[in-house]
Amino acid sequence: MSVTELPVLPDGLVVIVKEDCPTCELVIPVLEQLASGNQLTVFSQDDPNFPEEIADRQFDGDLAISWHHNIETVPTLLVIENGKEIARTVGWSRSQWESITGVPQLGVELPDHRPGCGSLSVDPSMSADLELRFGGSTMKARRVEFASLEDTHEALFDRGWTDGLPVIPPSEARVMAMLEGTTRSPEEIVASIPPDLAPCTVEKVAINAVMAGCRPEYLPIVLAGVEAVCTDTFNMHGLLATTMPHAPVLIVNGPIAQQIGMNSGNNALGQGNRANSTIGRAVQLVIRNVGGGRPGEVDRAAFGSPGKVGFCFAEREEDSPWSPISTMYGFSAGTNTVLAFPGEAPRNLVDQLSRDPDSLARTYAANLISIQHPKLVLGFDAILAVAPDHSRVFREAGWSREQLADRINELTVRPGHELIRGAGDIPEGIPEAMEELDLPKFRPNGLHIVHCGGAAGLFSAIIGGWVNGEMGSDPVCVEITP
Amino acid sequence: MTKVLDPTNEATPADIPRVSRPESLDGLTVGLLDISKPRGDRFLDRIEERLVERGLRVERFRKPTFTKPAPVDLRHEIATKCDVVIEALAD
Repeated sequence: MSVTELPVLPDGLVVIVKEDCPTCELVIPVLEQLASGNQLTVFSQDDPNFPEEIADRQFDGDLAISWHHNIETVPTLLVIENGKEIARTVGWSRSQWESITGVPQLGVELPDHRPGCGSLSVDPSMSADLELRFGGSTMKARRVEFASLEDTHEALFDRGWTDGLPVIPPSEARVMAMLEGTTRSPEEIVASIPPDLAPCTVEKVAINAVMAGCRPEYLPIVLAGVEAVCTDTFNMHGLLATTMPHAPVLIVNGPIAQQIGMNSGNNALGQGNRANSTIGRAVQLVIRNVGGGRPGEVDRAAFGSPGKVGFCFAEREEDSPWSPISTMYGFSAGTNTVLAFPGEAPRNLVDQLSRDPDSLARTYAANLISIQHPKLVLGFDAILAVAPDHSRVFREAGWSREQLADRINELTVRPGHELIRGAGDIPEGIPEAMEELDLPKFRPNGLHIVHCGGAAGLFSAIIGGWVNGEMGSDPVCVEITP
Repeated sequence: MTKVLDPTNEATPADIPRVSRPESLDGLTVGLLDISKPRGDRFLDRIEERLVERGLRVERFRKPTFTKPAPVDLRHEIATKCDVVIEALAD
């Protein structure tokens, strides 16, 4: 049988059942009633000997009948005339069964109705396989075969498709299931991926998302992340090619973060949460595999950072004293967004004694000044991740995000003569021409204050940025669409 | 056999590139691949005699049909057992 061919059902009454369904068990007397005096065929999905009471039973073991005839519930009763379905009902309802069969007094000893059970053909563990087997694959990517004696995981390493950690083999069935996570067409071009500027389809993103370990519901965030980093503004090519260690840091806002189980609390910047760990990794695998961006080739990072495997977390919105960070980019609170920030590894910042906002701001400023170099100013943005034990101080004092950022910037202002090249016996510094100016550490909106982290710990964290503006990269925030 | 979808931009061939040609066959295992064209085996029998005379190890393989590429399992077996392979075309 051709995989896409619709199997014709016998004329008369057709019932699809499975043994593992109490409603199917319940209607056996009705099936016996119908078998005498009607042309009745029963298809069993799981047990070829079920129901034993019915002589004309057939086995739909490969679920071809069930899949092709869109059976979602068992029992399903169909009326077939000249090979065409003219009526159907699902579950057990005496009135419906009587009405479409024209047989009165069906199952009088049974309850009036009883809902059915899920058809095996729509079981989530099988539906992608069946779609592939019977629906025919529509995927465009090249198929690559590994030998039976070849270890699949070793073969994936050998081809250079991994980031050094194992990946999930991107079988057609897994990629098909992944594509269920978005309403977008698999053929739609998402972006041109640097450095090769290769056009990348939704399907290619899905393949890499499978490899990274994503679940289908993460795919819209991965797609948005790929779009964000592949803008001219974000300049992924430069960020990849730089000798500096930075890479995309993805911050997710909006209800989707909780819906898919992202971590914004305890250990938010660390390991242990599947969504956090795999979404950023999927974006990095797209850059590696589709874009051709590999360390030692176009990726010239002197050190790199652990975050280059993937770095993604959600903002802790539920008890934040501030609006979501996405509002800095014109989105309203409650919108699903991903913010791509060119960041390095986080470092912790301790202040267990401050209890007023100004002293905490001083602690922050003293630490933030050192990003990249204390004598280099305005050229690097930063994320300041504030944990609940610190954020409480600002909530109680009524400090807005802008107020805190302004105060930090004010506290970082230093006279140009301390910052210019040669000052303090350090050649590194800003050009001598800026000697007369008083300069803050950050450009306007360069400091990104986000709320995340566990409920205990009087800490905040700093994620230093890469070169900002025209010479480097500007953060990009995009909406996540289904 | 496992089949996966290519995660790359497909700008390069999916197959792993050939190893470079060795300077000498000394100490190597030579695979002889018969592609199943008539009389190709006669040619390979003679090659085998010559190689064995030189003290080389020889492994023989045969494709199911010359009309299709060698199955991936056969390619893997050859790559695993041999250092070089000689493929014979005859008619």
